Amino acid sequence: MPVLQYIEAVRETLRAEMRRDPNVFILGEDVGKRGGVFRATQGLVDEFGEERVIDTPLTESAIVGVGIGAALYGLRPVCEIQFADFIWPAMNQILSEAARFRYRSYGTWFVPMVIRAPYGGGVHGGLYHSQSVEAHFAHSPGLKIVAPSTPADVAGLLRAAIRDDDPVLFFEHKGLYRAVKGEVPEGDYVVPIGKAEVRRDGRDITVFSYGKALHFCLEAASLVAAEGIDAMVVDLRSLRPLDEETILNAAARTGKVLIVHEDNAFMGIGAEVAALIAEKVLFELDAPIMRLCGPEVPAMPYAPPLEKWYMLSPEKVAAKMRELAAF
Amino acid sequence: MEIRMPQLGESVTEGTIARWLVRPGDRVSRYQPIAEVITDKVTAEIPAPADGVIESLKVPEGETVPVGALIARMAAAEEGAAAGAAAEVGAGAAPTPSAAVGAIPSNGHPGPGGGPATEAAGTGRTRYSPAVMRLAQEHGIDLSQIRGTGLGGRVTRRDVERYLEELRAGRAPVPAVPGAGDGSQGAASGMAAQAVGDRSRGAAPGVEARPAGSTEPAPAGVPATPAWSYVPAAPVQVGAGDQPIPVGAGDQRIPVGPVRRRIAERMLQARREQPHAWTMVRADVTGLVALRNAIKDEFRAREGTELTYLPFLIKAVTESLREYPLLNSVWAGDEIVVRREIHISIAVATEDAVVVPVIKNADRLSIAGLAHAIHDLATRARAGRLTLEDVQGGTFTVNNTGAFGSYLSQPILNYPQAAILTMEAITKEPVVLENDAIAIRSMVNLCLSLDHRVLDGLICGRFLQAVKRRLEAYQPGQRVV
Repeated sequence: MPVLQYIEAVRETLRAEMRRDPNVFILGEDVGKRGGVFRATQGLVDEFGEERVIDTPLTESAIVGVGIGAALYGLRPVCEIQFADFIWPAMNQILSEAARFRYRSYGTWFVPMVIRAPYGGGVHGGLYHSQSVEAHFAHSPGLKIVAPSTPADVAGLLRAAIRDDDPVLFFEHKGLYRAVKGEVPEGDYVVPIGKAEVRRDGRDITVFSYGKALHFCLEAASLVAAEGIDAMVVDLRSLRPLDEETILNAAARTGKVLIVHEDNAFMGIGAEVAALIAEKVLFELDAPIMRLCGPEVPAMPYAPPLEKWYMLSPEKVAAKMRELAAF
Repeated sequence: MEIRMPQLGESVTEGTIARWLVRPGDRVSRYQPIAEVITDKVTAEIPAPADGVIESLKVPEGETVPVGALIARMAAAEEGAAAGAAAEVGAGAAPTPSAAVGAIPSNGHPGPGGGPATEAAGTGRTRYSPAVMRLAQEHGIDLSQIRGTGLGGRVTRRDVERYLEELRAGRAPVPAVPGAGDGSQGAASGMAAQAVGDRSRGAAPGVEARPAGSTEPAPAGVPATPAWSYVPAAPVQVGAGDQPIPVGAGDQRIPVGPVRRRIAERMLQARREQPHAWTMVRADVTGLVALRNAIKDEFRAREGTELTYLPFLIKAVTESLREYPLLNSVWAGDEIVVRREIHISIAVATEDAVVVPVIKNADRLSIAGLAHAIHDLATRARAGRLTLEDVQGGTFTVNNTGAFGSYLSQPILNYPQAAILTMEAITKEPVVLENDAIAIRSMVNLCLSLDHRVLDGLICGRFLQAVKRRLEAYQPGQRVV
């Protein structure tokens, strides 16, 4: 198994899928010759040409709108939004059209489109290059949302997303692009959408997370393990649909639940996970469900000390783990 | 041994602990009052069920709990105690307070700080998570037997699981005490373990001393009285709504005592549950006024009590209730229960409250008998000496609001009764008579509130006409006994 960076897994999976299926094509800002601002699509234009790796104007509504049209026509577009922070101009296309085409046409028409968007902070990106936007979309039926945390999941989930007949938002934490390396199974490796993954088993507390925060949780679990706290860590990775079975089993295992994400708490993914657990396995719970999330401020601050205050860290997660374990 | 909120009377579902008369550690003798309880506006005392030592109080003063709720634990004294009491005691057959306390902790470890693992150990001690309660229920565990390792001594799910593992491992029912005998506490626990083991021999794992030795046979694995049975009844909210009430500098703040709160709850309950309707008739009581004026001095001399209009009204009401028994009834969800006996609640105002003692079988009393009954109840009500018996069982309420000079009132039902009647002030008024003459007559308004689920206008109108007819029939010269 080759060891790839997170961003390499994006690129190589795109390449493999484009080789496999001539209907797959890429469109976005600077995705061609430039290879994307993060170089996720570097070299793909050389192999597949400008008709399958399309540089678009700086117009997210057009990127997604064209993608929807192409998808309805039978193609499999992979739209790139340069930063998730800039996805809002395409909100109308995503929610009003892509999400409801199948419903509105009684299943006759559907939109097999992927929207890739780098999200998340801690990269000194300031207010407009650091946001987590997943909760805004997770509310809408008709969309699937994934947020992988490992190169293997990037490969497996991106394949699943491209082959899915419905629109999938594919959120890549930009802080992981070059920070995380890992083995990626070769060949036609697919991770089904809607499946969470237990990254670490434990008996004392159950921690749910995704994206970069998931790595903080794993580090924190190692920190508190030395103190005798045995934390189970679950990577949600699919935010809609949620993997109810895995979530409920993991919550029931310890009865003490902590949900960690970089996005702020209010109406966030954690709120939905907490509600699910409270609804389905109340009588397994041994403590109030806890959340550790980004602060309730409008955006990631630019000043380094404030960014550090905003961002989660293994130490912050470990402190919360201790609090829950002691309850 | 457990002390529970007693059933202090028919239809009483809960009681408020007004005051504890004992503290943990106090030695009590059987029948000694240990707490004052308020129900239905009267105060009763709870007697100790046996000689022994109070171990712990489970309900703070001022809190309302349902009948049957655990309110305290005590250790009954040894052999000499009442047989029934002793049978319930189980592990608690300990002669001294210290030994009795020592029998409680279960995991064998002393409680936090080396003290006994009672609820005094921390606030989290007696609040159980859903998982802990479910496990306790499934396995029939008395959670007070488990030492909590969580925040504030909270019993965690893990603590229960550990306890169950120990039970399965055969260290049941009270787990082994590490270093038993190396201190008085350990020794006491060891003794308790021995006693418990004897009592529960043959019982299924998970059944600890209390159910095994309980007077009621409990199915294996299911305790007769699970520790989580203490669930306060959801109180009727008598708050001020969502908005806090602003309090100005000169405003007086009157704390709401148990009696006032009780009144508030009952009024709210009636208003919420019973759809009120209201109607009124006027009665010409000129004859009654003349009759009373003619005989009142003689009545006082003969009976030793004042003759008011209320006995006449109650007599008219009870006779009319016999004619229309549906007014003497109560809504019971899927049926209407019509009471055979007529017990009249009379509203008695005290300076800071209103109470409604009951004249039992009021329909069997003469005017003089009613006058005496009213005088007796009113006197004792104002002295705060009513018993629970006095305020229970009413089937219809009469209120002499005219005594305050009221001309018209709209009473709230005396829950769960279906109707309440007020007699307003008697006033002289010009009235057009049947022969179109105008005369000065003594008139009175009779107001009726009714539970419209049970009663409709037609029958209430007939009932009021019957009461009116009887009041108007009194004339001077009639003999009143």
